[in-house]
Amino acid sequence: MPELTAKDLGAELLRRVRELPQGKKIDECIQCGTCSASCPTSSAMEYGPREIIAALRAGMIDRVLKSNTVWLCASCYSCVVRCPAGIPFTDIMYELKRLGVKYGIYPRKTTNAAMANSFSEVVDKHGRNSDTKLILKYYMRTSPLKILGQMGLAAKLFFKGRMDIFTKTIKGLDGLQKMMAAAEENGEK
Amino acid sequence: MITTNTKSYSYYPGCSSKSANRAYEISMLSVADALGIEMKELDDWNCCGATAYVAIHEKRSFVLSARNLALAEKTGKDLVAICSGCYLALYKASKYINENSKLKDDITKALAAGDMSYEGTVKVRHFLDVVVNDLGEQSVRQRVSNKLEGLKVAPYYGCQISRPFADIDDAEAPQMMDKLIGWLGGEAVAFPLKAKCCGGLMMTTQAEIGQELTGKILKNARDSGADCIITACPLCQINLEAYQKAVSKAMGIDCSIPVLYFTQLMGVAFALSSRDLALKDSLTPVEALFTEKVHN
Repeated sequence: MPELTAKDLGAELLRRVRELPQGKKIDECIQCGTCSASCPTSSAMEYGPREIIAALRAGMIDRVLKSNTVWLCASCYSCVVRCPAGIPFTDIMYELKRLGVKYGIYPRKTTNAAMANSFSEVVDKHGRNSDTKLILKYYMRTSPLKILGQMGLAAKLFFKGRMDIFTKTIKGLDGLQKMMAAAEENGEK
Repeated sequence: MITTNTKSYSYYPGCSSKSANRAYEISMLSVADALGIEMKELDDWNCCGATAYVAIHEKRSFVLSARNLALAEKTGKDLVAICSGCYLALYKASKYINENSKLKDDITKALAAGDMSYEGTVKVRHFLDVVVNDLGEQSVRQRVSNKLEGLKVAPYYGCQISRPFADIDDAEAPQMMDKLIGWLGGEAVAFPLKAKCCGGLMMTTQAEIGQELTGKILKNARDSGADCIITACPLCQINLEAYQKAVSKAMGIDCSIPVLYFTQLMGVAFALSSRDLALKDSLTPVEALFTEKVHN
């Protein structure tokens, strides 16, 4: 992979953000901080939503990707509905997540990225998600021993008949995979 | 009796409704039946492409939604989801595809590779919206035979049912379940955190954050004087019901409270059986709450 500078990354991100519906609104950010104040997880973030836009403008987006911030977004859209400039910030967070995964720039300890990767693998293979498969994949990726901590809940769900032991695969998987491949050809993933 | 206006919908279950959250599907189907509306499961539906998928692949997440929309378009009916995550993913995809010609073009080509097509005519709905806005107060009240008198209920909406678009309810102070509780004869308590985030998947990936967010919501419901919480999303439901012990420990206060789906509460008011509502699936003492009101 070619050497990437923070400037390139920032430029790619801005280009992609501007392609999003309402994405051009990012130019109208006045740094008021309503987004950060509305975010339920910003207290745990190294950089809050307001700082992300500031970092983007300052060409420092690589620092944001390396921090724990992006993967702490739970997609609650509180920032979006309150932003006085109408910036679709949750979509920008998704864009940052995808950019980080694409170039492998995310903190090693970020378990949320492992969860998202595991989820997309299960869905790519079956067309649907399976909780059991997802959780197993996720813990194998992160810390296999921690799965022991989930055994209590797993047992409860199992005895209530709420656990999916077998993964259902959709009938149209072949067609779906062809569509996925075609979507890749037609543009960026 | 001839019914001329039987409402009929395509039903999108979503992955968790077949396993961990099957009580939501079971109770929804029972309630729909009691109200005389048809919910026909979409044949061979696939994952909606929700939160965790779109974080990895954007275009492909729209393809996932678009395949479901294409299947639904053939039925000519509205597509109704019960999971708020599925609802938003499908709703957002249908909106973005219709509003963005380049995306529509890409999606059309992708679907064609699998011999499918989508014109852009499907309306994506949430079952709560169908109950409150298509059926409405009269239809629901007529069916109530077991008024929930004296029951104080905290309606928990979470995020994705009304945000970001706020097309079916207020983005931060939603009202649909508040109204519904009144129609069922119960009392909706004032519940300031009713639309705050439960943390979603963070309960698994970053437990300390998930526990704090969920803990605040559970505490707020208890402080509001509620006997129980109702939810309209399977992920909210499992976060609120399955970790109460750990959350209580982390918060240093008792956070236990029964949590059930709004469809289960409707079923209780309709005097449906515990089995038809899958009340035994609950991880909180839901049945004890209704000992006198549920008929087995």
